[in-house]
Amino acid sequence: MKPFEYTRLSTDDLSSDTALYDTTFLAGGTNLVDLMKYGVEKPDAIADIGQLPYDQIEEFADGLRLGALATNADTAYHPAVKNKYPVLNKAILSAASSQLRNRATNGGNLLQRTRCYYFYDTAMPCNKREPGSGCAAIKGFNRIHAILGTSASCIATHPSDMCVALAALEAKVHILRKGATLVMPFDQIHRLPGEHPEKDHNLEPGDLITHIELPNEGFSQNFEYLKIRDRESYAFALVSVAACLKVSAGKIEDVRVALGGVAHKPWKLKEVEHEFIGKEASTENFKSLAEKLIKGAQGFGTNNFKIPLVKRAIVRALNNALNPS
Amino acid sequence: MKTNHVHFTLNGESVEVSIEPWTTLLDYLRYNQKLVGTKKGCDHGQCGACTVLIDGNSVNSCLCLLVSLEGKEITTIEGLGTAENLSTAQQIFIDEDAYQCGYCTPGQICSTIAMRNRGEINSEEDLKDWMSGNLCRCAAYKNITKAARRIYEES
Repeated sequence: MKPFEYTRLSTDDLSSDTALYDTTFLAGGTNLVDLMKYGVEKPDAIADIGQLPYDQIEEFADGLRLGALATNADTAYHPAVKNKYPVLNKAILSAASSQLRNRATNGGNLLQRTRCYYFYDTAMPCNKREPGSGCAAIKGFNRIHAILGTSASCIATHPSDMCVALAALEAKVHILRKGATLVMPFDQIHRLPGEHPEKDHNLEPGDLITHIELPNEGFSQNFEYLKIRDRESYAFALVSVAACLKVSAGKIEDVRVALGGVAHKPWKLKEVEHEFIGKEASTENFKSLAEKLIKGAQGFGTNNFKIPLVKRAIVRALNNALNPS
Repeated sequence: MKTNHVHFTLNGESVEVSIEPWTTLLDYLRYNQKLVGTKKGCDHGQCGACTVLIDGNSVNSCLCLLVSLEGKEITTIEGLGTAENLSTAQQIFIDEDAYQCGYCTPGQICSTIAMRNRGEINSEEDLKDWMSGNLCRCAAYKNITKAARRIYEES
């Protein structure tokens, strides 16, 4: 690991607008430390935010606030998450291992980096790791790679399960920027790769996520988080679906479908969801929704299987949400 | 090299140390404290051999920078019991023959204790998922699962 300067931040450090912009924040470190060992991340300075007071999970009138420094495990097992936002509970518990969930934080989960093999392998070209060097995945082994929203520069996916559920729940992210609070809708946090795959998200240097806000509607009656992977536990999604429904007299009152494992960000199209409001909650309509949601999907060889797989997964997830076991 | 100060509790004893900030908890335990019960397997959070308890939660010590553990309570396999006075969890692993070579066993035991501390296991699937972050290359999983279930239910 390359040597670096280490600072442990206190709340006093946040009142000044200096010193934070050239540092890398450390929270749980489960992704950052790993990437530093591989030589993918090589920060000169690290600011440890672990002592800051953002580890609370608080219920309030309009929903639930998940502290950015609350661990993934504490979040998943919180009674309000289990009871009111079970799709989030299921998504978090489908991810990583118990040890990683015990240490990884909510803010860090949002900002974790892709698990593209070529991003991790410093001997290979990767536009995300080294802009301009090329993408080894496009003509390489791309079983885990994206089929939607890709670019000629990058076909990496965002690896999070938690973020797929947060996208479906239409969470908001509270960010401390230069002493002021900025609230960003969840779908604006992550980016598609375009010509700048080195940028995973729309945060600016020095921006600090303080908490994630969940709206009151948790879809606790009709939900599913369906994760399909190469083994049943401790593996990233090949394809995942967070499906949330509100149904009345067989008609769709509200529907949310977010996809993981298929794009550089959780994939969700509000306009497609809107088309199905008022329609019958039927397998035929779910199939139609799936077709529209993944319109334009493109495989790159070894990930072609994801296109039919994700269609079937969407339909299955919506049917499971409709008829919870 | 510049060092940073950190204070924590290790197996019940208060420790203060100045150390290079890139030192992981795993390396500190093995090389500085000579607590070699905690094992280095993959060194990337994938195998679970390095699992220890921080504030009662199982974590991969290979992915924790020691300087980031200010104020934390760290427990390793050495803090759970001794050869003369085994903890209940250690005795259950022996009784159930829940190991072959033993390299993964300290991490397995720490994970079972964290699982019991968390108290959120509602099915066999939950238990297997919880333990899936600890690999056993001898594939002694059947008896590890039996031991883990007993530790969860009995201890």
